Amino acid sequence: MAKLPKKEELLQYNYQVPATDWMDTPVEFKPGTYCYGAKGKNLEAVGFPNARDWSPSEEDWKLPEDWKGTVLEGIADRLSKYRSFRLFMDICVRCGACADKCHFYIGSGDPKNMPVLRAELLRSIYRRYFTTSGKLLGRLAGARDLTEEVIKEWWYYFFQCTECRRCSVYCPYGIDQAEITMMGRELLNLLGLNTDWISGPVANCYLKGNHVGLEPQTIMSNIEIMLEDIETITGKKIEPRFNRKGAEILFVAPSGDLFADPGIYTCMGYLMLFEQIGLDYTMSTYASEGGNFGFFTSNEMAKRLNAKIYAEAKRLGVKWILGGECGHMWRVINQYMDTWNGPADFLEVPVSPITGTKFTNAASTKMVHITEFTADLIYHNKIKLDPSRNDHLRVTFHDSCNTARGMGLLEEPRYILQKVCNHFYEMPEETIREKTLCCGSGAGLNAGENMEMRLRGGFPRANAVRYVHERYGVNVLANICAIDRAAFPALMNYWVPGVEVMGVHELLGNALVMDGEIERTMDLRMRPLPGKGDDDDV
Amino acid sequence: MKIWAPLLAVLALVIIAWLGAGVFEWTSLFGIIIPYTAFAILVLGFIYRVIKWAQSPVPFRIPTTCGQQESLPWIKQDKIENPSKTWEVVGRMALEILFFRSLFRNTQTEKREDKLGFGSSKWLWLGSLVFHWSMLIIVLRHLRYFLYPVPAFVQGLEKLDGFLQVGVPVLYLTDVFVVLGITYLFLRRVVIPQVKYISLAADYFPLFLLLGIATSGILMRYGLKVDIASVKDFAMSLVTFKPQVIPEIGTIFYVHLFLVSSLVAYFPWSKLMHAGGIFMSPTRNLANNSRAVRHINPWNYEVKTHTYEEYEDEFREKMRKVGLPLERE
Amino acid sequence: MMYNGGKIITGLIIFALIITAPFWLNIGQADEPPEISLDTPVINQLSEKECIESAEFMRSQHPQLLNDWRDQVVREGKTVYTSSSGKEYQISLDNTCLQCHSNRSEFCDACHAYTSVDPYCWDCHGGGIAK
Repeated sequence: MAKLPKKEELLQYNYQVPATDWMDTPVEFKPGTYCYGAKGKNLEAVGFPNARDWSPSEEDWKLPEDWKGTVLEGIADRLSKYRSFRLFMDICVRCGACADKCHFYIGSGDPKNMPVLRAELLRSIYRRYFTTSGKLLGRLAGARDLTEEVIKEWWYYFFQCTECRRCSVYCPYGIDQAEITMMGRELLNLLGLNTDWISGPVANCYLKGNHVGLEPQTIMSNIEIMLEDIETITGKKIEPRFNRKGAEILFVAPSGDLFADPGIYTCMGYLMLFEQIGLDYTMSTYASEGGNFGFFTSNEMAKRLNAKIYAEAKRLGVKWILGGECGHMWRVINQYMDTWNGPADFLEVPVSPITGTKFTNAASTKMVHITEFTADLIYHNKIKLDPSRNDHLRVTFHDSCNTARGMGLLEEPRYILQKVCNHFYEMPEETIREKTLCCGSGAGLNAGENMEMRLRGGFPRANAVRYVHERYGVNVLANICAIDRAAFPALMNYWVPGVEVMGVHELLGNALVMDGEIERTMDLRMRPLPGKGDDDDV
Repeated sequence: MKIWAPLLAVLALVIIAWLGAGVFEWTSLFGIIIPYTAFAILVLGFIYRVIKWAQSPVPFRIPTTCGQQESLPWIKQDKIENPSKTWEVVGRMALEILFFRSLFRNTQTEKREDKLGFGSSKWLWLGSLVFHWSMLIIVLRHLRYFLYPVPAFVQGLEKLDGFLQVGVPVLYLTDVFVVLGITYLFLRRVVIPQVKYISLAADYFPLFLLLGIATSGILMRYGLKVDIASVKDFAMSLVTFKPQVIPEIGTIFYVHLFLVSSLVAYFPWSKLMHAGGIFMSPTRNLANNSRAVRHINPWNYEVKTHTYEEYEDEFREKMRKVGLPLERE
Repeated sequence: MMYNGGKIITGLIIFALIITAPFWLNIGQADEPPEISLDTPVINQLSEKECIESAEFMRSQHPQLLNDWRDQVVREGKTVYTSSSGKEYQISLDNTCLQCHSNRSEFCDACHAYTSVDPYCWDCHGGGIAK
């Protein structure tokens, strides 16, 4: 990993444009700003073309023989399959409204990170080969030839976009750079050009069921550890429930929650809640991933990974599916899963067994978001909460890009937060809800080697966190996304030290009053609760 | 080059019209053949482009949600920004098309040393709205040349537009606003460095062309003067398919007409098609209801997956050891 | 092959109808252009049927001329107009123009209605003659 620059150095940028036109400004592969290239074995595992080891910093990218033909055919194919793609290639007027909406542009000042220019990287090729004006007028019409340099530029900038869709909120025609990035990444994958951090998890997820590559026995031992901790904290012994046929509900979480700090605390929150309400559920070691790095690769790969969820629900004979806290997982479930792998006619319209609430908004997909489920429980007074256990925490909430702009799940987590803690503060209006700023690490960019770029992309969000940190003493950044939980600790450490990162259900787990529990003296991180029990604070 | 080429192109169009109609008096060409052809290109080209888009399906339901989803009954849905029903989508689209809702959200990001600020920035919204609405009213006002008797709504529009009653003929507000709008849209392209950096010749050309059209029209009405009864005779002859040029109409009229013909013929092949495109935009024109109603992808195809059986085959021993249930022992 | 063809074709039909409205709205509707009548007693008696300026000039410039006249009378107290041919006329809409063109509805109004012009001259003037 490249050495991290100091804050002052990182902030030595401005929004001035280069002296040279963007077409004449070559891409510079500066360590710390890009990911490693995909490994051959990971591409091979899922049958991708041109599987080989390569490095973006080398001159030769080992492109296949007829790479140019492949790309142009790939463009033509996608133009005919996606109206969004063709339309977004055609109708941009370059008004620039999107320009300063991208967190990577805001945090780096690199004009090719303006969504409009990122799109022009591909549009210029579209014009050159697919429009009459581009063929005739060339550069004057904003067209340029497809060269290896262009491919490198695509790779650099399409893997410097987190598909967060913030630009699309502000675009007067709704042009969505995420859609264009997705097309660009599909084209790159035709040439075997992915990143290591995406292709590795994809191969893992395909073969082992989850991105982090947890094998069944590892999942079980991780869960055991969490359950032991829960017992220590609450005195409650909980049985693990996996691959159990005949359960009412299949629960699918992002694998980050089964794997590492701080996701595991969120997972402990889920498990405690399910225990307390006596939910008849099972998890699966096979469908042990709600997230979908295939989505950052190609439509087909995303569908292949997603197929496990319905397949497992069918095999286990559950009635419906409950999904954990994860961002892009929910964009996929809300906007893609049923279309890809439905109809889920072997499932029933989800009904909460505790409150009887019928989730008609999930009538076809049959999958409910855990914050919808929990908000409903709280609204119907089905669980007892002691928010004072979170009194030492001053909480703000980060809307994940995908749940905000690809779903509209805004109030459910806020409702829960307001019930489980007494100190909740919103970040400024321009940085939350549909206008939320990305963590800078989504869409498969949360690798280590591109940390500088992640810090830059995360700077706008951190800036808003710092605002509430300084103003209200906020010390917890709550969220409903596994990538947030993985990415934010490092970003907060760098930009706003003193702010911890917690899933909403971790905070719920703290506040949840369980039947027959011992007096709580620790939070889920097994740290003493101030002012509670035997905390003598010496 | 990006600015000069389109400017020269528009000046060339002016000179062509001035030479062609004024000096060589090819009035049938500039008065009849070119306008008819240009109009046909506009109508057919526009339809062609839309059909071209329509030939690509919308495989996934991908609205950009800008408000609370429909979920639990006690949570208030934002029906306009996150519609789940058709009429709500209509509302969203109407706001977008008529009032540029998304541009209204615009903010400006500023970096002050180690802090960022997000300020409201409505100028682009205002400038675009002023330009587009002025254009619409101007086009509708021109119906007075193409219809006889002139419908009451056109007369009403004229009254409204000229309600200040300044000068003879009465000054139309939209004439002022459209020039202001175009000027603003042009100036921001050259003054704001980032916008200049992303601008193409194709962004300047329509602005210059529109400015040429507005200028020639304004000159005709307030300065050089033409006999509008003859203009109307001519316009009526076109729309009743009995085309007849009227030789005495001044050259300025032909310049105006030729620039308009150029614009409408250029329209379908340019970014101006955003006018049709906005209706087709899948991030705006779809309801966010894909969990409640299955969206069909016409080209959805079977893919190779890693089945549970394959998974169990690989991990059977490990699964048995930790007590996980198995399909095959 | 079109997708969402129903909606899109409906939209396109609406588009085509709106944009071609001037063509089809005129079918069977369009009135004949008005005949401008010079048949008034005063004009019939003129030996030389000639306006204060050439007909061509009057067609495109008469609003401007009348506007100038108003300013000259009201602001400068000037009451005599010297035409380009050197003849002199009283500056007056009522007493000069409408003396000859006493048939306002067949002369002034016919053309104004044709081109949808509603001058505010008549707010004050033209009261002396039949409409």
